[in-house]
Amino acid sequence: MCKECGCGLGGGDVKIGGHSHEHDHEHGHHHQHEHGGQTVNLNRSLMEKNDRLAERNRGFFHAKKLLVLNVVSSPGSGKTTFIRETAAKLTRKLRVGVIVGDLATDNDAAELRKAKIPVVQITTGTVCHLDAEMVSKAAAQLDLDKLDVLVIENVGNLVCPADYDLGEDLRVVLLSVTEGEDKPLKYPPMFHSANVAVVTKSDLAAAAGFNREQALANLKRISHHAHVFELSAKTGEGMKAWLNFLVEQRTT
Amino acid sequence: MHEVSIMAEAVRMAVETAQASGAQRVTGVRLRVGILSGVVPEAMRFAWDVVSRDTIAGGAWLEIETVPAVCWCATCETEFACVDFFGECPRCHNVSGELRRGRELDIAAVEMN
Repeated sequence: MCKECGCGLGGGDVKIGGHSHEHDHEHGHHHQHEHGGQTVNLNRSLMEKNDRLAERNRGFFHAKKLLVLNVVSSPGSGKTTFIRETAAKLTRKLRVGVIVGDLATDNDAAELRKAKIPVVQITTGTVCHLDAEMVSKAAAQLDLDKLDVLVIENVGNLVCPADYDLGEDLRVVLLSVTEGEDKPLKYPPMFHSANVAVVTKSDLAAAAGFNREQALANLKRISHHAHVFELSAKTGEGMKAWLNFLVEQRTT
Repeated sequence: MHEVSIMAEAVRMAVETAQASGAQRVTGVRLRVGILSGVVPEAMRFAWDVVSRDTIAGGAWLEIETVPAVCWCATCETEFACVDFFGECPRCHNVSGELRRGRELDIAAVEMN
């Protein structure tokens, strides 16, 4: 069973308890269960454990003078190529290390390792996102004192990772030209939470019939506060502006 | 989405609270969930029965209070209701960037005995 999405819950030995009473009230409070006993008001966030760990990560990374990026996108938007090219082109200016999250295989990590980039793989099994604790454990396996930038390649998923702060400085969401211009409208929490939005695979724009104006308008609508870059990691087109931005972020 | 792990966290916090108060059982839990929190209340109820079953919260009632989304318009200096992340101010039609409420994912109260 996927502990995150709950997919697979219906099968195997999982049974759903026999609740007979209805609890479907939006605010009307007509429920049939008996209230009684002692009530403790908590008013605490269900995300507080992860949020606390994320803040601990953030403080630790700051102390190490690291710029930390959390790179999110749907599967196949070009995260790995984007990260590999970013690291390769920054070599003379900044040292980049990578934490890669995937459900299975270490193909992405192997690709980055081949490019001589320090990398740690997190294989999440069935979990559809990275959380702050996984990042903390993975970061311990990198020699952080020899890095300036830590890039976290999240699991390819535009839904669940939106809620999990990892302790990053910048959340970078990718939108490839082959995906369709309306992705930001379909996944607003993720695009809204991003500090940077990168349109990738710009070399394929014509072939994909990419409507650039529409895509940028959609991004502006949902990610209005985000820095927007358009590039092709493969051809290098547009990479310079992105790399200059990173160098600037590292020094501020 | 990730309702199962969120509900597992709700059970963990409810059980911890009950135990700290010397109670034997959790009899009910009230959550507060914003309409833009990205979780589906039906999936949370579904997950609740599974994740609470073998704990002292097994059989407890679950209430989910939904919180409507509210944006802040800096120009008009007023709050207004919004249904999504776009938040267009009904007075000046500026698109507000500031969502004030609607992303809650809280455990409000625990009932125990």
